Amino acid sequence: MSKHTIHVTINGTAYEDTVEARTLLVHWLRDGLRLTGTHIGCDTSSCGACTILVDGKATKSCTMFAVQADGRELMTVEGLEQNGQLHPLQEGFHEKHALQCGYCTPGMMMTGLALLQSNPNPTEEEIRVGISGNLCRCTGYVNIVKAIQYAGEKMREAQQSPVAAGEGGGE
Amino acid sequence: MIPGSFDYVSAQSLPEAIALLGQYGDDAKILAGGHSLIPLLRYRLAAPAVLIDINRIDGLAYMQETDGMLHIGALTREADLDRSPLIRNRYPILYDTARNIADPVVRNWATVGGNLAHADPANDHPATMLALGASVVAEGPAGPRVIPIDEFFTDVTFETTLQPGEILTEIRIPAPTERSGGAYLKLERKVGDYAIAGVAAYVQLDANGLVTSAGIGLTNVGPAPIKARAAEQALLGKPLDEQSIRAAADLAEAASQPTSDTRGPAEYKRAMVHTLCTRALRKAAERAQGGAA
Repeated sequence: MSKHTIHVTINGTAYEDTVEARTLLVHWLRDGLRLTGTHIGCDTSSCGACTILVDGKATKSCTMFAVQADGRELMTVEGLEQNGQLHPLQEGFHEKHALQCGYCTPGMMMTGLALLQSNPNPTEEEIRVGISGNLCRCTGYVNIVKAIQYAGEKMREAQQSPVAAGEGGGE
Repeated sequence: MIPGSFDYVSAQSLPEAIALLGQYGDDAKILAGGHSLIPLLRYRLAAPAVLIDINRIDGLAYMQETDGMLHIGALTREADLDRSPLIRNRYPILYDTARNIADPVVRNWATVGGNLAHADPANDHPATMLALGASVVAEGPAGPRVIPIDEFFTDVTFETTLQPGEILTEIRIPAPTERSGGAYLKLERKVGDYAIAGVAAYVQLDANGLVTSAGIGLTNVGPAPIKARAAEQALLGKPLDEQSIRAAADLAEAASQPTSDTRGPAEYKRAMVHTLCTRALRKAAERAQGGAA
């Protein structure tokens, strides 16, 4: 058995800890750091409830060891809200009634975030493919898709307004 | 489910990883994407004493066409294949395959090398690589050696001809010639599941439309990935018409050795091999003749 000291940045905060090699990332987040927004569903990388961002990539945190996160930057669902302001994804899930039991929601939002960051204006089909590794046992996919579309629109607007304001100063 | 205890080493270079493998021997396992290995550890179906993590080794993730070959670094993520215009435009059969592996989040970490080295007959790349006539590069203490893919898998589940101390570092695929095309079709119950059955087909045609080479690989219908040799042979010298496609599909079905399980009875799976082989060959023919990608 080996123990390892790791340095990981999570939602902008630097953490140092000593973990057993076999400690799974999701267990470290939840039990070690008490960041319990990330859920454990199937435990075998099928359901996506544990999805977080690792260096910007959507990642099932049940299928990575905490020691592998050393030196990496993580974002969990707790990192969405900024200064008391809901993230457009959180707002979208609220507005579009995209959660019933809420268990899959953190994973859905993090997968949705990674999707919108790489593809700011996805088609419905692209969203459906994008979240195909995240299961909603309430089967509420229609509103989840709408919530991600809503968030995409909000995020594009936020992106565009400073650009539009700066256009006059170009070239 | 928590894995049993093990030691963990993050290798910083390929020589270091090979030296560690030499040091620990059979007690060690290579950790790449981890999406096959970590579930095995959690179910305690595998209990290595040491994990050698190769994720931090630079220069093992790439896709490049040189010397008439596509070279894919073993640590290339499935998501990179999925997103690559080179793969999409020049190797649509590989695009088909990558898109069908697990789900988009898993593909962010799952690697092409791992999909092959794990030698799971339910994995998708083995059939495609068998159809394409690929080869793999294995590096060990004695240096690199090239292994044709049909000599890489054995008849035993989860077994390859990698020697102790060797790491799979690269996959090599012959670049497409004029009038060549392939397709991979997978029947699955849901996204992320293993195939009920999968068929990869690749053909090269001459100027008259006659088959000059054919490759057919089968997924999850036997104890190991299957190369349907008799079906490949039957196509040679023939035009890809309904008659020759049916004859090849008959032989591919005969080459399959499925067992009945929760994904369906063996009889159904054999029938699906026939159907998928027919469709994959039609699509391969279409692509070889410059049709829709």
